[in-house]
Amino acid sequence: MMPSLRLSGQRALWAMAGVAIIGVVLPLLLRSDFWLNFAIMVLFFTVLGQAWNILGGYGGQFSFGHAAFFGTGAYVTAVLQVKFGINPWLGFVLAGIGGGLVGAAIGFLSFRYGLRGSYFALVTLAFAEVLRILANAAAFTGGGVGTLIPLKQTAANFQFVDKTGFYFVIFALMLIGLLLAYWLENSRFGARLMAIRENEDAARALGVNAFAIKLGAISLSGALAGLAGAFYAQYFLYLDPRLAYGPGISVEALLVPIIGGMGTIFGPLLGATVLHVVGEIARKVMGDAVGLNLALYGMVLVAMVLFLPNGIAGLARRQRLKPKEERL
Amino acid sequence: MLEFSILLPALLNGLTIGAVYALVALGLTLIYGVLHIINFAHGSMLMLALYGVFFLHALFGIDPYVSLLIVPPALFVLGYALQRGVIGRASHGKDENILLVTLGLAIVMDNLALYFWKADTRTIDTPYGFDTVDLGIATIAVPKAVAFVAALLICCALWLLMARTDLCKAIRALAKERQGAQLVGINVPHLFAMSFGIGAACVGAAACLLLPSFYVAPDVGQVFVLIAFTVVVLGGMGSFAGALIGGMIIGVTESIGGLFLGESLGQLGIFVIFIAVLLFRPTGLLGHRA
Repeated sequence: MMPSLRLSGQRALWAMAGVAIIGVVLPLLLRSDFWLNFAIMVLFFTVLGQAWNILGGYGGQFSFGHAAFFGTGAYVTAVLQVKFGINPWLGFVLAGIGGGLVGAAIGFLSFRYGLRGSYFALVTLAFAEVLRILANAAAFTGGGVGTLIPLKQTAANFQFVDKTGFYFVIFALMLIGLLLAYWLENSRFGARLMAIRENEDAARALGVNAFAIKLGAISLSGALAGLAGAFYAQYFLYLDPRLAYGPGISVEALLVPIIGGMGTIFGPLLGATVLHVVGEIARKVMGDAVGLNLALYGMVLVAMVLFLPNGIAGLARRQRLKPKEERL
Repeated sequence: MLEFSILLPALLNGLTIGAVYALVALGLTLIYGVLHIINFAHGSMLMLALYGVFFLHALFGIDPYVSLLIVPPALFVLGYALQRGVIGRASHGKDENILLVTLGLAIVMDNLALYFWKADTRTIDTPYGFDTVDLGIATIAVPKAVAFVAALLICCALWLLMARTDLCKAIRALAKERQGAQLVGINVPHLFAMSFGIGAACVGAAACLLLPSFYVAPDVGQVFVLIAFTVVVLGGMGSFAGALIGGMIIGVTESIGGLFLGESLGQLGIFVIFIAVLLFRPTGLLGHRA
């Protein structure tokens, strides 16, 4: 089962270069704050989705609890900054490490005891909930009231007066995500990971250390989600247990690559773009009613699984492959 | 030293909550046992049922216990239609797809409820809402006592139904050996949908018993779905007796945990049990290895 839109090798690199150029030029064209914010949110969800994609898309391990990594990254930055005065750029790096460590810990427990499929999804969800309850009860996170990061708008403090600064940070993170996915498609590690996705028992029979590979994938995925969390904290300067560890983030993290195409380099970017364009149109048409946007996302998810189980990228592939299949 | 007189009511309270959890979990375990799917929308169906009971009371003055004749059948229809129309078509050969579709349905239901009925927490007033019965050792609220007894009765009724009727013999045959069942002329999609419908009807019954002593809000399903999973995993996926025992254990854990750790941390015990069972004994207390 080859992933579709698999712009492999050189073509993928060209496409990435194209994305990089468009990305650099884009903020010059977007002179309104609204559209800049829109682009930042799309890129932010691309990063989050790419984090999920590493584990779920390439590794076949569906997580329902990516908020566990995201929230940890967000809280690491926020708490270190507010309580210990640590520079948020350093906090940003530590957030990645923190997310990775939480990933490794959850992965170690789940994979050590052989949880697969739906059981893995449920246990990740439970871990995220445990962290949410703990963050709600602990004193150093500010509990249910939340944590406010004091406003101090200097670039050295990871707060930009001009949103363009945030844009370039999240854009760079998005490029790192693309490169990670490219690396997965062109490395031994990635080949082993995809072999596990297709048939774990067969992969193990061929000598793949499934436990180690999956552990590596969830750590990497957790680290990227943790970085996304740190970015979120700096961008909004506010966190509470529900925002950080609630199910909303976990759902969006899986929605984005599922819509765009799981196990593809550009799937999350495509998914995040489509999702947010649709969301924005819905907001325009139906007004800014609470709940309506998420209800729409849910319908999109159901429709995708029913009609396009391989995502939008899979549609392109189906068109390409059709004539060949008919000849056979 | 903790007073016995505090601990005992907490224990009783836990058992009454546990009976309702068991009823919710019973539907989930039935659906899992027959269809081998994890219904993530289970909690959201409970939420819809609770709103059903609420509005029947608020608009037509129908007592929640009378709603037992209306809401479970309505939920049965909803469950049947969802399985036949959406969930059954979604698998494409992968279990994960079912999980995603039911997750999507849960998101749709929760957020439509939020849109139409707002985030307000709603409760109903019944003449017996604050009555209590004195059991000699402790007193408990009448609605909770009723919920406890009724939940046990419904569990027994369901067990009898599954053991005695032809329909449910067919369902059990389907659960054990799908292709064999198909070969002897059992209509598989219809029976799958029937099972899903019966599971949903359990949720409807739970809603009627729950509302007099509980509340309804759009996110109430999220609270229950994880608890129901915990109960089912603890008792053993697909096991009726397991769901009953699991429900009681979780109810008591929550109640006693809340007593020692406070309301918000009390739930922690549930998730810790959930994770521990999944990791160390995924077949649950009474389940068999698949």
